[in-house]
Amino acid sequence: MHMLKIDNLHARVEGKEILKGLSLEVKPGEVHAIMGPNGAGKSTLGNVLAGREGYEVTEGSVLFNGQDLLALAPEERAATGVFLAFQYPVEIPGVNNTYFLRAALNAQRKFRGEDELDSMRFLKLVREKLKVMQISDELLHRAVNEGFSGGEKKRNEIFQMAVLEPTLAILDETDSGLDIDALKQVAEGVNALRSPDRSFLVVTHYQRLLDYIEPDFVHVLAGGRIVESGDKSLALKLEEQGYAWLAETHPELRKVDLTGAPA
Amino acid sequence: MTPVPSPFVRAALDAAAAVPSSGIAWLDAARRENLETFAGTGLPETRNEAWKYTPLRALSQRAFGAADAAAASRLPVDAALYALPGIDGSRIVLVDGVFRSDLSSLDAGKGVTLASLGMALAAQPEPFRFTLSNRFRSTAADAFAHLNGALAVDGVVLRVEEGVSLEKPVHIVHVSSGTQPDSAWHARVLVDVGTGARAEVVEHFVNAAEASQFGTVVADYVVREGGVLGLVILQAASAATTLVRRGHIRLEARASATVHALELGGAMVRHELTAELAGDAARFDSRGVFALDGRQHVDTQLEVRHNARDTTSDALWRGIANGRSRGVFRGAIVVAEGADGSDASLSNKNLLLSGLAEIDTKPELEIYADEVKAAHGATIGQLDERSIFYLRSRGIPMADARSLLTLAFCRAALGSLPNDALREHLGELLVAHLPTGPSAA
Repeated sequence: MHMLKIDNLHARVEGKEILKGLSLEVKPGEVHAIMGPNGAGKSTLGNVLAGREGYEVTEGSVLFNGQDLLALAPEERAATGVFLAFQYPVEIPGVNNTYFLRAALNAQRKFRGEDELDSMRFLKLVREKLKVMQISDELLHRAVNEGFSGGEKKRNEIFQMAVLEPTLAILDETDSGLDIDALKQVAEGVNALRSPDRSFLVVTHYQRLLDYIEPDFVHVLAGGRIVESGDKSLALKLEEQGYAWLAETHPELRKVDLTGAPA
Repeated sequence: MTPVPSPFVRAALDAAAAVPSSGIAWLDAARRENLETFAGTGLPETRNEAWKYTPLRALSQRAFGAADAAAASRLPVDAALYALPGIDGSRIVLVDGVFRSDLSSLDAGKGVTLASLGMALAAQPEPFRFTLSNRFRSTAADAFAHLNGALAVDGVVLRVEEGVSLEKPVHIVHVSSGTQPDSAWHARVLVDVGTGARAEVVEHFVNAAEASQFGTVVADYVVREGGVLGLVILQAASAATTLVRRGHIRLEARASATVHALELGGAMVRHELTAELAGDAARFDSRGVFALDGRQHVDTQLEVRHNARDTTSDALWRGIANGRSRGVFRGAIVVAEGADGSDASLSNKNLLLSGLAEIDTKPELEIYADEVKAAHGATIGQLDERSIFYLRSRGIPMADARSLLTLAFCRAALGSLPNDALREHLGELLVAHLPTGPSAA
């Protein structure tokens, strides 16, 4: 049984077709890395799955645990288990981080017909998760992401994931802008959340995150489609050779800019 | 040439004819004079810059009879109507401008006088002579101030003696009875915070029932040398109410005042708040929020006058307009010649939640002194789509995401209120007042 089944997905942003027939299947517990050159549609995939406005699906389907994901509102997707860790987490002045997280968790629980957590039970849960993420509780008392460093913002995303316990986590370039220590911390947090019923889509431009989060599968997204799939050795090949070689086996990519090779 | 009086003016003249003599010659004379001035000028027209965004033509065609004072003095009023968390001290309640001793508890402690204006005048009129008779002749008062001067026979007097600190906030409640449609009431508020004294005051506007009433309040606050005033204004009148309020806060040397204002109700509301920094090193902080919906029209006119050296003011106001409502904000800072070392800042940010709502904001800066620091800014915008999506992607439904962000937008203004229970309550009132669904925009 597949948790996620994307079939021939086409999507447009501002009238421009970005995804052009993307197909992907993910089983429970698997970690899939999506790599690709800049502009290949990596972030578009995450945003389409999370339900962001302005991303228009023109063809294809996405089934999540057998359910039509594209028919759901963003908050319903969250409640059914989809989580997007943002490439650029949004700062929300005036909304306390803890308050926000409890509102989110309880909204999801309510949607699923579960009882809402009172502040005592919520705080207990938060303390457990804090340990996993090595986040100081000082961050919890601040406004959502306001004044956070780049690393703090990304760790806060993973911390939210830990509290909300999604079954499908999409990490959108979570490694971008992180130094090696911050990268390791984020990866440790992700690894602590790996489980047989939780799957990950790790979207990244660089191979280095995959040194710490070991993928079961690596896919190359170029020209709006997945053009190569393999195991983690594919990531190493991309690290060494860049993306330009793809044009040899995929003639349709010759018109596509495949520069922006991994550093 | 005398213009033909409008229905509004004619009704006011009729109401004035029914006001009994106060028995105080100078007061009767002042009332008469105010009435004559009001009748002579009528209501301001939109070509008057101060009323540009608040047209009064429709109001001028309405005739408000005097509210029935006898009925107002007997009307049963549930105290739950104006109960506020964090406010459990002395209280003075006026119903349609009529003092209600049965609803009030005037004991505010030693060194504090809390009374109705009627009681205070009956006991000793002389201390009020200057304020009640001269004020409007010498200043550029407008029609509503004259109207109030002619027709307000009762009100509130609060006097805090030198060096005295009020233990608990004084709660001043203006109740519109809502029993007589098209009736008018008027009230006068006089507050004197003595040298080195401290006082907290809550001015609260509510309705007992829904009816199209018209009310005016003119409030004068004086904070003497080194005194401290905390003022909370909560306007939660019913949707059919027309309210014109004029507040003037005079700050002497090293005195300070902090105002937190929340405007929620009313059909047509005008709130003029002027702070006069009259003594060296005086300080005035103001924070306010208006949240409008339906066809509400709320106009806030803030004016901060720096008339002395080393004075400081900081103003932070937020506006939210939904539906077909219209919000107006004028924030003026005037630094007089010689008021060197003044430091003034004003920020007004507004949120339009609907494509049919309108907000007009007008910052003004007039500086006649050297060595002054002044900053002001005003913006009008919409909720940030990225923030809405971020909240929704975590499971928070659209409507909740919108109210959460709207409340957060206001928090900068109301978050600094030191009374925790009251601050939380104001936040809850605001949330309850916010639109819950996606807007029509």
